[in-house]
Amino acid sequence: MSLKTNSKLERILAAGHLAVTSECGPPRGSDPEVILKKGELLKNHVDAVNVTDNQTSVTRLSSLAACIHLKLMGVEPVLQMVTRDRNRIALQSDILGAASFDINNILCLSGDHQVFGDCPDGQNVFDLDSMQLLQTVRHMRDNGKFISGDDIRRPPNMFVGAAANPFAEPFKIRVPRLAKKIAAGAEFIQTQCIYNLARFEEWMKGVRDRGLHEEVYILAGITPMKSLGMARYMKNNVPGMDVPDEIISRLAGVPKEKQAEEGIAICLETIARLREIKGVSGFHIMAIEWEEKVPEIVERAGLFPRPASSGAED
Amino acid sequence: MIVGQQKPIDEIWKMIRGQRKVLVLGCNSCVAVCHQGGTKQAEVLASLLRMQAVQEGIEIQLDVGGIERQCEHEFFNSALDAISSTESVLSLACGVGVQFMAEKFKTTPVYPALNTTFLGAVERPGYFTEKCQACGNCVLAVTGGLCPIARCAKRLLNGPCGGVSNGKCEINKELDCVWQLIVERLEALGRLDDYEKLFPLKDWSKDRAGGPRTFKVEGFLP
Repeated sequence: MSLKTNSKLERILAAGHLAVTSECGPPRGSDPEVILKKGELLKNHVDAVNVTDNQTSVTRLSSLAACIHLKLMGVEPVLQMVTRDRNRIALQSDILGAASFDINNILCLSGDHQVFGDCPDGQNVFDLDSMQLLQTVRHMRDNGKFISGDDIRRPPNMFVGAAANPFAEPFKIRVPRLAKKIAAGAEFIQTQCIYNLARFEEWMKGVRDRGLHEEVYILAGITPMKSLGMARYMKNNVPGMDVPDEIISRLAGVPKEKQAEEGIAICLETIARLREIKGVSGFHIMAIEWEEKVPEIVERAGLFPRPASSGAED
Repeated sequence: MIVGQQKPIDEIWKMIRGQRKVLVLGCNSCVAVCHQGGTKQAEVLASLLRMQAVQEGIEIQLDVGGIERQCEHEFFNSALDAISSTESVLSLACGVGVQFMAEKFKTTPVYPALNTTFLGAVERPGYFTEKCQACGNCVLAVTGGLCPIARCAKRLLNGPCGGVSNGKCEINKELDCVWQLIVERLEALGRLDDYEKLFPLKDWSKDRAGGPRTFKVEGFLP
């Protein structure tokens, strides 16, 4: 795959390296220090950092502003953008705003329903869905045009990603759904957190059978369990999450103070197994409010040092 | 049909408290089918309000009536006298009927006794489900006859989202994920491949987004 953007993430993937990305949730306030600290923590151990867009519909500092903070400190941001809160005017406008800071990665999502957040009485927008946002960004980038057909002066230069949940039902459309996202313009994929490896392998087989792994870079989603409580919560309360009983019993089988370490061990074993799967192009490590563990995970998983980032902007 | 649901009695009482003469007027089409707004329900509501008035020692005359539809001029003929001699009307029609009356009877206050909830079907007696949002640009031909605009909480045209579990919507475990149903239906129709066809950006200008809508049958009126 030849390079289409100035994205460092694209360059690393295209060079055949296993990419490592992580995630930074913006604060519920306007203190930029929180972002800078997370950025500093992750800077040398990951290739790019996703910034969530009001995740779980809880109002936070904007993804775009946080991405700009990261960009200015030399961290490669991935702008997450959900279609829940903005219509097509605002989406295109924010894409241009990000492009003006040379933010070169975008992850197109529909977004969690607002009922889960701090404004359950609010309206949602969903003028577009995630597939249509993918189409929109690709149209803006590749054709240099707005949805309206008008020309964009200096179009966005963004490597375009989407999410995939291999575990959600109906399972039979999970591979077709990936194909659909690729057809809509997705160039990289971040998967839902993987705990059910058998299910994931089955999905990847379907992906390979259709040759989709050659059309898109798949970053396997990894979230270390911090405690048994977290694992139970993820299993029972987070929509679309597949946490097998073995994970629960493994964490339950060690004393409370050892659960975090067991969680990291499970996470490292998962990475070791995933890197053997053909078609997995890297890892997206989402250590939820546990970002300080990411460098350790990257190092212990043998994914450190990261490839040099020189040769950018050529 | 239009489905409505009666407002809490306290809210209705607050609206009409202070009036001396109120006509409680049922609408005997859609909202009667859902047992909320017909003449029968108007009678029950009037009785409850009278009890409330007695408890508070307030004098109020509550008359009851009902017409076939509160959204068409011709059906008002039988109620003109009652409306002209009342101080205000408590309408059990949907929002369409309430507004139609408000515009028709310029000096008569009209209060809504119902919340108009959705366009839906009678799933079984006493149970109604939303099916349509009147987006003005029907997509059912490509979604197997099931509407993701009305029945997906995110109105995703290229769903389902990642939140579906056991075929149910992430926002409510009682609620079927319509995209699960669409996929099953496409499969039953032998059209599962159609799932991969991308639904392009929708023209919402025919929806609420385009402002209030009107429809004129050509050649029908002089």
